[in-house]
Amino acid sequence: MPVELKMPALSPTMEEGTLAKWLVKEGDTVKSGDILAEIETDKATMEFEAVDEGTIAKILVPEGTDEVKVGAVIALIAAEGEDASAAAAASPPAPAPAPAAEAPKVPAPESGEPKQMETGARDLVASVARTEVADPEVPAGTEMVKQTVREALRDAMAEEMRTDERVFVMGEEVAEYQGAYKVTQGLLEEFGDRRVIDTPITEYGFAGLGAGAAMGGLKPVIEFMTFNFAMQAIDHVINSAAKTNYMSGGQMRCPIVFRGPNGAAARVGAQHSQNYGPWYAAVPGLIVIAPYSAADAKGLLKAAIRCEDPVVFLENELLYGHSFEVPKLDDYVLPIGKARVVREGRDVTLVSYSIGVGVALDAAERLAGEGIDAEVIDLRTLRPLDKDTVLKSLKKTNRMVCVEEGWPVCSISSELAAVAMEEGFDDLDAPVLRVTDEDVPLPYAANLEKLALVKAEDVVEAAKKVCYR
Amino acid sequence: MARAASSKGAAPRGAAKKQTPGAAPPAPNRERPPEPKRYKATRDELLDYYKQMLLIRRFEERAGQLYGLGLIGGFCHLYIGQEAVAVGLQSALEVGKDSVITGYRDHGHMLAYGIDPKVIMAELTGREAGISRGKGGSMHMFSVEHRFYGGHGIVGAQVALGTGLAFKHKYAGDGGVAMAYFGDGAANQGQVYESFNMAELWKLPIIYVIENNQYAMGTSVNRSSAEDQLYRRGESFRIPGIQVDGMDVLAVRGAANVAVDWVRSGKGPILLELKTYRYRGHSMSDPAKYRSREEVQAVRDKSDPIEHARKELEAMGATEDELKAIDQQTKQVVVEAADFAEQAPEPDASELYTDVLVGSY
Ligand SMILES: Cc1ncc(C[n+]2csc(CCOP(=O)(O)OP(=O)(O)O)c2C)c(N)n1
Ligand SMILES: [Mg+2]
Repeated sequence: MPVELKMPALSPTMEEGTLAKWLVKEGDTVKSGDILAEIETDKATMEFEAVDEGTIAKILVPEGTDEVKVGAVIALIAAEGEDASAAAAASPPAPAPAPAAEAPKVPAPESGEPKQMETGARDLVASVARTEVADPEVPAGTEMVKQTVREALRDAMAEEMRTDERVFVMGEEVAEYQGAYKVTQGLLEEFGDRRVIDTPITEYGFAGLGAGAAMGGLKPVIEFMTFNFAMQAIDHVINSAAKTNYMSGGQMRCPIVFRGPNGAAARVGAQHSQNYGPWYAAVPGLIVIAPYSAADAKGLLKAAIRCEDPVVFLENELLYGHSFEVPKLDDYVLPIGKARVVREGRDVTLVSYSIGVGVALDAAERLAGEGIDAEVIDLRTLRPLDKDTVLKSLKKTNRMVCVEEGWPVCSISSELAAVAMEEGFDDLDAPVLRVTDEDVPLPYAANLEKLALVKAEDVVEAAKKVCYR
Repeated sequence: MARAASSKGAAPRGAAKKQTPGAAPPAPNRERPPEPKRYKATRDELLDYYKQMLLIRRFEERAGQLYGLGLIGGFCHLYIGQEAVAVGLQSALEVGKDSVITGYRDHGHMLAYGIDPKVIMAELTGREAGISRGKGGSMHMFSVEHRFYGGHGIVGAQVALGTGLAFKHKYAGDGGVAMAYFGDGAANQGQVYESFNMAELWKLPIIYVIENNQYAMGTSVNRSSAEDQLYRRGESFRIPGIQVDGMDVLAVRGAANVAVDWVRSGKGPILLELKTYRYRGHSMSDPAKYRSREEVQAVRDKSDPIEHARKELEAMGATEDELKAIDQQTKQVVVEAADFAEQAPEPDASELYTDVLVGSY
């Protein structure tokens, strides 16, 4: 029996990829560790190595084929002592190239269906993909371009670096590697290694260095590879950056941006999946921003870099590759501290931020199918919190459900509930409900992860409950 | 300024007389461990190391494959290329008495401590039968029974934690030592040096092991380290350091003996820098464009620890058939582990809420 080589999944969210190049040909003998092919995903070109020994009997997917499904058989290897030509003859014929934008070009493998990882993270991404946000606030007639969140963030940094010589970017793998998640792609090339700086793995050190440089008059953008690692450095974010202006009686400023991905990614387990929004939002002296769409990511990151205060800018890895409409304007800057109504509705207000907005929008669509007209608010900034927008909506709908990809206890949702109690009590027709992740460290197992993360179904249920339906 | 200049001119207090160039280096003012010798293994011993290294290699290759099939998710860091380090070092330890701790690249260290490949693989696939009941994943595996303490995802954390394990050994007087592994990249975290200071100050029984595979993700050692001879990183804390060829299991074992003797006899910590290399990307999603294919191939061709041991075994009289049989057995063990890991059920939904706290309140 020849061994089937299958299209590998190179990340838990990858569904298909391009077979860019074969580095072996039929008849070649290979051993484990030999590089067989190069495979492109949306993020990178990866090498595909042999695990089994034998002879390449048949290449089933020619190089240059796009949209090859994960798990599809791409070649056959005849094991030692097996006749390669016989093995090839026994194989299914190579698929004829199909026209673009059609169902899979490559037949699914006969043995072992490609495994779709049914995880909570995949569901979150699906919610985002299913929904659209209303146009960002731009003058009528503005040209829009589709951009990923990743590109929007990069452009924001590049634009600010072009206009302000004091801005520099520092962090692990931000320069030569182009960013662990490719957010700083191209910055080294354009701005050089004086302004785009790879650090050793030493978060406490470079966060402090950044804060000091900001005190001295520069405008650092400090990237944490993920915010999980910022816990090494949280002392500088809070004790050094957040309190300086106050402690110095307004004399010494610390205009710095700490940015990076925050929140759960896919299957990375308990130490790599936390939402620090509520942590930082609890600290006076900090600005905390957590955008959802690419347009907001761009406009708010530009604002953050210009801001004279220390900013914690929370991105989301699962959103990086997602595209949104971004206005094509020379200088698209958004106000800090302003939430946005991303969907108007009359019956219930869903308040969220970051990837939770996708979940809320998804829930709103489902609710519409059941005759409930939900309004969705994207907070965008977590501190200072735009209470006015929330309270105004509450006045209209009289019902509120908070949606958050994060733990429930002492969360942004908890804060929103308190705001509604203190300042919107008379408008409430039902208790405010919180729909969040489960109150446990994030488990690795796919089924448990799915159970642990916030879900659109639960938002629908909560909305119905507050509408007494 | 003036003060700085004058103090610079003055001879530092207690400084030795000016040295003439070329003179013998000053005699060290404190005891140092002896220069390690390559371990003279018996045929059976070497065969045993060979089997262990091969098991790690085949296990990791299979894990990479299962990742590609979507059975393993998230971050998965393979140990391929570095096998001689864990096997050589841990062969000098006593399982269940001496503690081992490492980072997220942990599968090899577990296998080298005799932990069942099945429960490791089942953890990688996130199943109930996994060693962390599917809740930890590739980066978070533990076996208190073996005194294998993880499995940590935060770069550098295991160094302070390992120092705590050593503290426990000393506190309890149980005769055990701790071994804390960390990478060349982790060697730049501040807590490493905070730990070094305490360990030497309190003469804690710990072997610090820097697995210098020359890259931290995409950053090579010389781009991240002012002192790139990492074995010297403990010297200012008076921790002796030794550089070791981490691609030669017997050189590693030789150094392990020196380190274990030193630490067990109460002389305090020691630092080993193992020069090694990872063949694969940092994790499954790293395209590894920061190094050339030729660089990787050259190491595979010239310095592979398993090939190396195989040749040596042949020279010691191991037959082709004997080695082939080991290959077959190893493959079989790994195939069984993979099948087990694929078939084992996922954890029960109720597991979501267990193990958050020990007590109920
Ligand atoms: C505190 C912290 N910062 C960053 C990371 C992300 N990260 C994971 S592994 C790694 C590279 C570590 O390299 P090294 O210490 O050389 O170990 P190796 O991966 O080579 O075994 C980085 C930057 C992390 N997990 N923890
Ligand atoms: Mg390394």
